[in-house]
Amino acid sequence: MLEEMVFAGFGGQGVLSMGTILAYAAMKEGKNVSWMPSYGPEMRGGTANCMVNISDKEISSPIVNEYDIAVVLNLPSLHKFEPKIKQNGILIWESSTIKEKPKRKDIKTYDIPAINIAAEKLKNVKVMNMVVLGALLQINSDLVKKESVLLALKETLPERHHDLIPLNEKALILGGELVKQ
Amino acid sequence: MKEGYKLIYQKPKTLRKKRMHYCPGCFHATTHKLTMEVVEELGIQEKTIGVCPVGCSVFAYDYMDVDMQEAAHGRAAAVATGIKRMHPDKIVFSYQGDGDLAAIGTAETIHACNRGENFTFIFINNGIYGMTGGQMAPTTLEGQKTTTSPYGRDPKKVGLPLKMCEIVSQFDAVAYVERVSCNTPANARKAKRAIKKAFEYQIQGLGTTFIEVASNCPSGWKCTPEESLEWLKEKVFPYYPLGIFKNPEEK
Amino acid sequence: MSEIKLMKGNEALAEAAIRAGLQGYFGYPITPQSEVMEYLALEEPKHNYVLLQAESEVAAVNMMYGAGGAGARVMTTTSSPGFSLMQEGISYIACAQIPCLFANIVRGGPGLGTIQSSQSDYFQATKGGGHGDYHLIVLAPNSVQEMVDHVYLGFKLADKYRSPAMLLSDGAIGQMMEKVQLPSPIEYKPDKPWATVGKKSGQERNYLTSLYIQPEEMEEKNIELQAKFKKIEENEVRFEEYKTNDAEIIIVSFGLSSRISKKSVDMAREAGLKVGLFRPITVWPFPANKIADIAARKQVKFFISVEMNAGQMLEDVKLAVNGKKPVYFYGRMGGIIPTPKEILTAVQERSRS
Repeated sequence: MLEEMVFAGFGGQGVLSMGTILAYAAMKEGKNVSWMPSYGPEMRGGTANCMVNISDKEISSPIVNEYDIAVVLNLPSLHKFEPKIKQNGILIWESSTIKEKPKRKDIKTYDIPAINIAAEKLKNVKVMNMVVLGALLQINSDLVKKESVLLALKETLPERHHDLIPLNEKALILGGELVKQ
Repeated sequence: MKEGYKLIYQKPKTLRKKRMHYCPGCFHATTHKLTMEVVEELGIQEKTIGVCPVGCSVFAYDYMDVDMQEAAHGRAAAVATGIKRMHPDKIVFSYQGDGDLAAIGTAETIHACNRGENFTFIFINNGIYGMTGGQMAPTTLEGQKTTTSPYGRDPKKVGLPLKMCEIVSQFDAVAYVERVSCNTPANARKAKRAIKKAFEYQIQGLGTTFIEVASNCPSGWKCTPEESLEWLKEKVFPYYPLGIFKNPEEK
Repeated sequence: MSEIKLMKGNEALAEAAIRAGLQGYFGYPITPQSEVMEYLALEEPKHNYVLLQAESEVAAVNMMYGAGGAGARVMTTTSSPGFSLMQEGISYIACAQIPCLFANIVRGGPGLGTIQSSQSDYFQATKGGGHGDYHLIVLAPNSVQEMVDHVYLGFKLADKYRSPAMLLSDGAIGQMMEKVQLPSPIEYKPDKPWATVGKKSGQERNYLTSLYIQPEEMEEKNIELQAKFKKIEENEVRFEEYKTNDAEIIIVSFGLSSRISKKSVDMAREAGLKVGLFRPITVWPFPANKIADIAARKQVKFFISVEMNAGQMLEDVKLAVNGKKPVYFYGRMGGIIPTPKEILTAVQERSRS
C-alpha cells in the first residue's frame, strides 16, 4: 500500500495539522510516512499545503508525480491540484466556500461543506479540518483507524488543549456521516 | 643569585623566553609584559586563556606563556565569547588593535560588550595599521597622515576617529572601562593596575571589562620613539583622554 | 533508550545533537533552518549545553572556533547565504584543526535567492569553500533519519580527524517530517589534550593558530593537512547502491534528489529499462573509485547525474568515470524540486538518443 496525498488551503485553515495528525496516526500503526510542507511566506496567510505519503513499505520519494488523494480547502488549491490527481483518484473539496465545481470526470469528487458544519453544528469553525479528515477516513477506511487519529490528537496537541479532544472527535464523526449520506 | 646581589627586577615567568619582534619603543612589548605580570601576580597562569588578533600582536601567543587562540581579523571578541561561555571559571582576555577591534570587528566588539561577556578586552589604540605598513585606522586622528591618507585624515570623507571607550561604556552590561597609556613609568604602572582590576572584576563575574591603551607606533607614525611620546601628549590625549569611563565601584 | 518519533528534519537534527553530547551551539536565524535553534532554545533548561544567538554568522563561526578550540563539542547550523558568511571562519578552523560540526540546510541561490530547497552549494561544501587548501568531511543525508544519524557520525569523524565536518542537507529535508528512530543519548567525554583550557603546570602551553608566516612552515602544515585528507579519503568514503548490479544506466544522485531518483529507478524498471542508482553519502570524500569500477562494467551504457543545481557533482562524476562512458546531467535550479517522472523522462530521452 502507498497513498500519495496533498492537503491544501489557506494558512490558518489547519491543512498542515490535518496532514500531521494523519501522518502521526499512520506512524503509530507502524507504517512509514513522509510529510512535506510548503514553507515560507505562505505560512502567514497565503496558500499552504503539505504532501503526505503513507506506505507499508519504505517511502522512496517524498516528492510525487500525481496524487491518489487531494484535499482542497480553497479555490486556488482546487485550481492547482485538480489536474495533478491520478485517474480514479479522490478529490475532497470544501464546498461552503469554494463556489466552483471540479471539472474532471475521471476522478471521484466529494463536496464537504466543512466550514458550515463546524460553525453551525459544533460552534467552532477551527475544527473544520477534522470534519474534512473524518470524511477522508470514511472515504478511504484503509488509511488509518479512527482510534489512531484520536491517539495522534492526544499525543500531538499540547496538554493545555486536551479539553478540545472531544470536540475534535465529534468533528471527525460528523465528517464521516456527511460521506455516508 | 650571586651573593651580594639584590634582585630588583625580573621578567615575569609568564612571559616566554623569546625575543619580541616589536619595533623599538612600541607599547605592545610593554603591554604584553604588564598583562603577563598581572597573570603572574594573580596566580592565574593555569586558568588564563588569551585570544590574539590579526595585527602587529598576531604573534602574542609566541610571547605570552598561557593557552592562546589566534583569531581571524576582527573576530577575537567572538572567539573569546566562545571560550568563556564554555569555561566560565577561566579567565579570558582578547588582545586587539584598533583596526581589528574598531573597524573590521566592530560588530563583534559591540555585541560582546552589549551582552556583557565576562572577559577582558585589552585594546591597543595606536591610530594606525602597523602590520600592513601604516595605513589609516578607524582611530587615526583628524589631519593625521598615513599611507592611505597621505594628505591627512579628512573627516568629511572618512568621519572622525572612533572613541571606543566612550561607546562601550554606555552599555549596561559593561562593568569597567578605562583608557590608559604607557608613555611614562607612572602611566605604565597605572595601566597595569587597570589590567589587574579588569581581571579581578572578571573573576568576580561583573561583566565586560575594557582597557584601552592609548599607544604609539613610531614606525607607522614615521618618528622616533621619543617623538611618538610627544605626539601622544600633544595630539592623542586631548582627543582620547585618559581615565576611567565606567567603574563598578561607583555603581 | 531509543525512541520512535515523527519529526521535522531540522528538529531531529537538533535533538540528535543534544543526544550526541552537544556542549555549545552558536547560530544566527535564517530560513529554512531556524527550527534548529528554536528547538535547542526550548530544550535548553533540561540540558547543560551553551546556546547563544550570535550577531551574525561571522560571529557564530568564530564562537565555534573559540568554544571548539577550548575542547567543547560544538555545532552551528545555517542556510546558504549564512554558510557563505562562515567560510572565512571555516578556513581558519580547518587550519587550526578544530573539530566541530556544521549543517547547511541549502536554499536556492545565488545571492539572496529563494528559501526553497536546492543543492547548489555542492561546490562550496566539497571543494573547500574558503581560502586555502582544505576540505571538510561532508555528509549528505537524504532522510530525516539520516539527519539524526549523520549528526552522530559527523561529530565522531570531526573528533577522530580533528577536522570540521558538515551535513550538506537542504530545505526540504529540513522541513519535512518522517518517522525517526532517536538513538540513546551518549555521555560525551572529550579527549582533547591540544585544547586551550588553561596551561598545565610543567607543560608547554597550548595554542591554536592558522598563521605560519614562513612559507617552509606553511608548506609543512599543508603537507600535514593533506596527509590527513588522504587518510580520510582512504577510510571514510560512504555510498549506497540501489539496483546497480545489472544496471545499464546509472543515475548518480545525492541528498534529496537521490530519494526522488530512487522512485524513478523503480518506474524505469517497470517500463523495462535497466536503471540503477548510485548515491554518494559522503560527497567529500567522494566515492570516485567505486564509480570508476561501475564505469568499467561492460553492460553500463551511460551515467546521468541528477542534482538540484546546474550540474556541480557532475564534474566529480565525470572525473571518476574518466571518459569510459558518457556522463549526462539532469537538474532543476532555483529551488525547484524535480518529480520522479521528470527524471525518468530525462533518462528515457538519453537512452533513446
